Amino acid sequence: MKTEVLRATGITKYFYEPEKFQVLKGIDVQVNKGEFVALVGKSGCGKSTLMYVLSTMDTQYEGELVVAGEKLKNWSQNQLAAFRNKHIGFVFQFHYLLPEFTVLQNIMIPALKLNRWQESEVEERAYTKLKMLGMQDHALKVSAKLSGGQQQRVAIARALINEPDIIMGDEPTGNLDSYNTQLVFDIFKELTDVYHQSIIAVTHDEEFAAKSSRIIEMADGKIIH
Amino acid sequence: MKFTSLKLSAGIAKTQLLSKPRQTLVAMLGVTFGIGMFIALISMMTGLNKLTEDLAMTSSPDIRMYYDISPDRKSIAEFINPQGLTITHHQKPKNESLKVRNAKQIAEQIRKRPNVKGASILLNSQVFYNYGPVQLNGTIAGVDILEEDKLFDLTHKMKEGRIENLISNPDGIIMGTGLAKKLRAKTGDRVVITTPQGFTQTLKIVGLFQIGIGIVDNTRSYANLSTVQTILQKDKSFITDVNVKLYDYTKAKELAPVLQKDFGYKAEDWETANATLLVGAIIRNIITYAVSITLLIVAGFGIYNILNITIHNKMKDIAILKAMGFSGPDVRSIFMIQSLVIGFFGSLMGLIFGLVFSYLISLAPFNGGDIISITHLPVNFNPLFYVIGIVFGVATTAIAGYMPSRKAAHVDPIEILRG
Repeated sequence: MKTEVLRATGITKYFYEPEKFQVLKGIDVQVNKGEFVALVGKSGCGKSTLMYVLSTMDTQYEGELVVAGEKLKNWSQNQLAAFRNKHIGFVFQFHYLLPEFTVLQNIMIPALKLNRWQESEVEERAYTKLKMLGMQDHALKVSAKLSGGQQQRVAIARALINEPDIIMGDEPTGNLDSYNTQLVFDIFKELTDVYHQSIIAVTHDEEFAAKSSRIIEMADGKIIH
Repeated sequence: MKFTSLKLSAGIAKTQLLSKPRQTLVAMLGVTFGIGMFIALISMMTGLNKLTEDLAMTSSPDIRMYYDISPDRKSIAEFINPQGLTITHHQKPKNESLKVRNAKQIAEQIRKRPNVKGASILLNSQVFYNYGPVQLNGTIAGVDILEEDKLFDLTHKMKEGRIENLISNPDGIIMGTGLAKKLRAKTGDRVVITTPQGFTQTLKIVGLFQIGIGIVDNTRSYANLSTVQTILQKDKSFITDVNVKLYDYTKAKELAPVLQKDFGYKAEDWETANATLLVGAIIRNIITYAVSITLLIVAGFGIYNILNITIHNKMKDIAILKAMGFSGPDVRSIFMIQSLVIGFFGSLMGLIFGLVFSYLISLAPFNGGDIISITHLPVNFNPLFYVIGIVFGVATTAIAGYMPSRKAAHVDPIEILRG
């Protein structure tokens, strides 16, 4: 039996600007542990909107969302922030590293926020993640000095530092060349296969999607495949 | 919020401040300038205020009791016909004596009261000073010079001669330096004194004093009480004033009405007597605070502006921090800490700047001329101003930083991250 890390039932969402428009029409999604789910679809089909609902950052929706066994309805923003810190890792199209900080510090910040481990242990863990991604030599560089592919790998290490139940990606390879896209994909593949990390990622890249373990295709606010 | 979160916010705040040292320094300098000017201004202004107050204190007693000529009195017609309507045109004042009766006993009684340092009796009169062809209007005070010295510390205000000279010279006089200068008279010279009643007497200058206020030094002389009584052709009990000095001069305003009620003579406190001098002090205080607050508000707007720009530039960072689990208060504290650090160190530099600046002011030569005898601008180095300065500085930056920080706390990460 597979462990379920994320389940969304009947997710419905409206946009009110510029006029009322139903962007998500009763969506059911389920992600199991160790699954690599790609969320695909045309622009405007609502896949990113769904991703942000699943990420707990967007709270304006109807339906039920359960992540890591927690029902997340009617939680306060601050509670949700603490929840994300503990259970969800993020990789976006852009790396969003803090430019003044070193690579190591960037990775350590979410763990220091979580405050589960001592600072020395956090540093050790950050090094482990960097080694896993082949970035240990760049640990003490300021993040702004790295190349795009390197920055994205640091962002992945940062997403992994708190050992989240699920990693969410919004076009994680959207801003990378084919070499780095391949690299990031390999990392994701390794994470799911070796470490049983659950991943859900929105992508345009069909090649990238084709290599995932499951594809969810959306159109007009519904899952069609 | 947990301490560890605050520590992490502080760490992020520190890194962000240090990564833009020039911008941080400019923001700090705004506060520095505001606080520095506040310190310098208030030190100088209160220095001046203290000087005028001191001068007022040295030249006038804390409380002066005298017979107040009352302009209004009932006409005799009113006494005869109390029920009727009586109008007296062009009523002239009665010939009243300025004498304070039982002055010695009054002084003795006042001395027994708590908080009273001393009480002295004196005889004040308008006189003309004649020296050669020069004739000057002034006053003469007949005093027990040793008692007067206790109250006003005349010993230390003598420029020439000693106060004891007056005791050994029955027809001696101690003259204000300004008056002596106008008369071109020196110690040892004789001056002729004419009273308003037309009596004249020749007195010998045995000493010169300088209190530091033009209106006193240019008009007043001291002589023995009996000498002045003789000049005025009055009896030995003729006294016009009882002067009272207190240990705490701020209590004068409360005590004066009590004395007036108890002894039946007008009792005037030093603040009322020197109201014109002290009005200047109030105006100086208003100017000081108005200018300082203006400077601080300008500095506050500077910080508000810089923080707003910083937050605008850091939108992406704020969004990712919130995505990764930083709550609104966590983000707000990052920026509040930045503005408080700017405020605190800016104020601290301001205190140093203010201290140096007020020290330089205290070195500046300043000629008070005939009105007040000072050589340098008086500066008050009161530590309280430095406490007020840093509290003001930090409070201003806290207020200026709060609004942008709150805005940062309310950033919606989705809007930024979706691009």
